[in-house]
Amino acid sequence: MKIVAANRLTDGETVWLGAGERWVDTIDAAHVAKDAEDEARIAAAGNAALSANIVVDVTLVDVEIVEGRILPKRLRERIRAGGPSIHPEIGKQARNAALNAA
Amino acid sequence: MYRYDEFDQAFVKARVAEFSDQVKRRLAGELTEDQFKPLRLMNGVYLQLHAYMLRIAIPYGSLSPRQMRKLAHIARTYDKGYGHFTTRQNLQFHWPKLVDIPRILEELAEVEMHAIQTSGNCIRNVTADHFSGAAADEVADPRPYAEILRQWSSLHPEFSYLPRKFKIAVTGAARDRAAIEVHDIGLHLKKNDRGELGFAVFVGGGLGRTPMVAKKIRDFLPEEDLLTYVTAILRVYNLNGRRDNKYKARIKILVHETGTEELKAQVEKEFEELRESELKLPAADIRAIETYFAPPKLKARPEGDAVVSRAVKANPGFADWLRRNAHTHRNPDYASVTVSLKGIGEVPGDASDAQMDAIADLAEQYGNDEIRVSHEQNLILPHVARADLPAVHAALVEIGLATSNAGLITDIIACPGLDYCALANARSIPVAQEISQRFASQARQDEIGDLQIKISGCINACGHHHVGHIGILGVEKKGTELYQVTLGGSAREGSTIGEIIGRGFEPDEITDAVETIVDTYLARRESREESFLDAYRRLGPAPFKEALYGHEAKAA
Repeated sequence: MKIVAANRLTDGETVWLGAGERWVDTIDAAHVAKDAEDEARIAAAGNAALSANIVVDVTLVDVEIVEGRILPKRLRERIRAGGPSIHPEIGKQARNAALNAA
Repeated sequence: MYRYDEFDQAFVKARVAEFSDQVKRRLAGELTEDQFKPLRLMNGVYLQLHAYMLRIAIPYGSLSPRQMRKLAHIARTYDKGYGHFTTRQNLQFHWPKLVDIPRILEELAEVEMHAIQTSGNCIRNVTADHFSGAAADEVADPRPYAEILRQWSSLHPEFSYLPRKFKIAVTGAARDRAAIEVHDIGLHLKKNDRGELGFAVFVGGGLGRTPMVAKKIRDFLPEEDLLTYVTAILRVYNLNGRRDNKYKARIKILVHETGTEELKAQVEKEFEELRESELKLPAADIRAIETYFAPPKLKARPEGDAVVSRAVKANPGFADWLRRNAHTHRNPDYASVTVSLKGIGEVPGDASDAQMDAIADLAEQYGNDEIRVSHEQNLILPHVARADLPAVHAALVEIGLATSNAGLITDIIACPGLDYCALANARSIPVAQEISQRFASQARQDEIGDLQIKISGCINACGHHHVGHIGILGVEKKGTELYQVTLGGSAREGSTIGEIIGRGFEPDEITDAVETIVDTYLARRESREESFLDAYRRLGPAPFKEALYGHEAKAA
């Protein structure tokens, strides 16, 4: 299973390709490709967005579904999805924690 | 401090305008990422895991209070309220938006700062001893020469596309606090028998994938020949350095593959051809640059001894801090203060906007308007009257920067690692934090004495692990972090590269492993006077290997 990760051109924020080929800013909303055909489609969509100057550093990320949530296999991508592990008060993890608390 | 002249100011302003236009064209889609990437890197803009990163040059680690306040303002206004001081005496912001970077660079230019040549295959920020112009053991201040090198190397047309990046460090004391032997060129400023100034020249040091200690190719180069000789080295490197393989492109590989004697002969030949060219430095020009670095007019403060001895009796915390964080100044009424950015459990090298502002205030009130960044990721107030040390200590306690650990086991160098860096394979900072917490006790740290731990999150070695007394390198193995330990490294004069001690350690084992190493040292040292490094050099790796892995051998 794979998702597409990238950074938004204007501010560098980590984003993922979601449903309807929209870029979303939480990994939970990423579209998970479950077969080779879908993987090729999302990779192409990512590259198209790179060419269209919407995002940079487009990468295909291996993931698994753990307790219903998307979890990248590599620690690098898990940290990218949350924020610096040393600073729970900043980055996406802080925003998500605030949303969960609300 | 050096002040920009009209040329410098116009040059930096023009560069800001040029890069602002490039950003505008990138955002408008007129430049592709492939076209833009080399342009942004020339201006210190990287892309990391969570955001862009902006690396700002701090020439030879020297900052005025006004510049420090500007960095605090940028942290507060455009970033997330903190900055990270690096092992190259620079500052990195980890969260700037690309759209804001032109404005940030404009603000930096207002205080004579920029991000030029903080990336790319060019001559990077020239670094120097952080106690320059203050240390009692200094022969002469290396900063004027670092400044001459900065001016000469800025946008140098011949050396803007070298085979790889190029780093120069300068020290003016026999005690090397600038790690010159692990730089592409290391310069040791000294005097000859006739009292003339010149340099011992070291070439081909470096860390990274293939760590090497530099080779001395000149014992005494007259100061007037500085630019001529450095140009000769760069020319030999530019011509012969390997452009076919990124991992073999640094000058250290050229020196290694060519052989020191042959390389030296090539440099000397080039030097002879250039010797009488316009690169020769007129003494008047050197003296003119020196005036920018004239020592501050320090008032006599003979009450220092009495004030300090009263404070030592009254406040044990001050006594600890004085012992570790005050360095001997050439003026006996003064001291150079290390402001530790290594609070127990904190992120090495990070300072908040409020802390940066407070340091600027202290530099103005007590520090003759000078601040330095050390390659050990601490800040320095180089000229503080000893009589003011209790007040400075009290102010640092207020802002959480009075940790008494300069040179101790918790004064850890760590790169940003996998918490930020796109190149990293493992995290560095959490390892530093856990070790720091394990050894938090001041008494225990003092008992252990001088011990440098340096941690890198990948083989590029920004955390200088090869030259840590205990070095830790994070790698990725089967999708998880693993930490390799090296022992016996040193970046001081007579630098050594640490030796890998054995198999790596899991994240939950690494702090225990460090503790085992430290306990082995404490058990085997001849006396408190024998430092960890001296004991390791005497004992070799065997007792440490036995302590770390002996039980495994017995089980097998």
